Amino acid sequence: MLLTSLLSVFMSPIYGRLLMLIILASTWQGIAWFVNSADFPSLFIVLDSFIYHFFQGDMLVNLMVTLNRVIISFIIAMILGVFIGILMGTSKRLNQLSDTLLIIALNIPALVTILLCYIWFGLVESAAIMAVVINKVPTVVVMIREGARVVDDDLLNVAKVYKLSLSKTFFKVFLPQLYPYIMASARAGLSLIWKIVLVVELLGRSDGVGFALNTLFQFFDIAGILAYTFAFISIVLVIENLLFKPLDKLIARGVHHDST
Amino acid sequence: MIALDIAIKDKCYTNNSAVVLKDIQFSVKPGEFIAIIGPSGSGKTTLLNMLSGLEDATAQKLLYNSKTLNGTKEYPLGYVFQQPRLMPWLTVNENLQLVLPSKQSKKIETLLAQVGLADKGHFYPRQLSGGMQRRVAIARAFVVNPELILLDEPFNSLDAPTAAKLRLLLVSLCKSCGSTVIFVTHDLSEAIYLADRIIFISNPPSSIIHQVTVDLPKPRKESGSVELAWQAKLMTQYPRILAGMVE
Repeated sequence: MLLTSLLSVFMSPIYGRLLMLIILASTWQGIAWFVNSADFPSLFIVLDSFIYHFFQGDMLVNLMVTLNRVIISFIIAMILGVFIGILMGTSKRLNQLSDTLLIIALNIPALVTILLCYIWFGLVESAAIMAVVINKVPTVVVMIREGARVVDDDLLNVAKVYKLSLSKTFFKVFLPQLYPYIMASARAGLSLIWKIVLVVELLGRSDGVGFALNTLFQFFDIAGILAYTFAFISIVLVIENLLFKPLDKLIARGVHHDST
Repeated sequence: MIALDIAIKDKCYTNNSAVVLKDIQFSVKPGEFIAIIGPSGSGKTTLLNMLSGLEDATAQKLLYNSKTLNGTKEYPLGYVFQQPRLMPWLTVNENLQLVLPSKQSKKIETLLAQVGLADKGHFYPRQLSGGMQRRVAIARAFVVNPELILLDEPFNSLDAPTAAKLRLLLVSLCKSCGSTVIFVTHDLSEAIYLADRIIFISNPPSSIIHQVTVDLPKPRKESGSVELAWQAKLMTQYPRILAGMVE
């Protein structure tokens, strides 16, 4: 009886997630105790390092600098990617013309783009942002293009018959059909962008999480590296819960209701 | 109310495909209710799409009140498709508001009350039954004060009582609106119940094989004895007319 009620509590989404985190943390802690090495610090050491870097180090500044770069790159990449994706998805001719270019762009290693941007434009902020954007745009384009290809012509015909203005047709009929694709590419985009931003910072910036990780690496400060990683993952989790989940609900309105 | 003169030489789906419609020529008087009956695949939907400006054909001539207009841009048109085609992300109110040029909540409220959905304005289409969704689609067609209404088998795949209710609703809305109506169906009794005139078309390449004025007084009854007798007389005269043949 007690076991059943305990199971039902942990089957609920919130407690289930919490349970997974506890299992992960316990496993980590167990391995750390077992290994007993500075190369595999325990959670308490990581927590100590986090408190130190947060209150006495530059963690907050570095986090904000990186977050700023992530947000700017994300916004530019999404706008460009959605725009190009819609054009390629709706125009067969344009798609044929630029398909090869897209495949090339998708397969250029991120590191190459970053190095080339730094070499061509110098070790400046705009080069860093440009490198991240160039890496991200093709993946957004691919997703949005697929969405634009399967837009329901029947609904567009409704707009045509009722003589809706171009902006009304775009924002009320066309774009809502792309929202699931935009959300999927935004989610995938955020996780990819912040990883690329770290590489960009590591290679050519003097601030940000990537730069800090590089410095910590020089001192083999593994606890510090993990503290930074957890800090940034926490920020991404906050963004996911405060931005993406409410947006998910908003765009899913009317789609997941049962018929009466 | 609008009068129509329609003349279509031929219509193919793609450049090299077979002809679907050939030498279609008919006129519609202002406020007239026309039913078009033809077998499946005879191009009835294509014909409506051409009238709505969604498709065109060779040597197509469409005159609205004896004038060639720039497509259908110059007069309000309502189109009830085979499927309701409501935007799933918009509520019923928003779906109706979408086709209006300015915010007209009162008009939407009145029309929703007329179609029996007064309390469903804030519902999303998926929260409604199939019959309710059709009613919203009909309300959307009427909310623009249409001069011409095109209906493409709007009661197809509905159960008989719901379809009967919707036909009654259509009759009352047409009466209050006074629009010219072109209604595509393959149900002869439905056409007799609703239309002033019935146009029969053949199998592809489809052309008009027969036209008949339904000279029965209105309001008519669904499957009433007079209506059934009229239908029986027509079927005796042209037994294969619903298959697209007059011989």
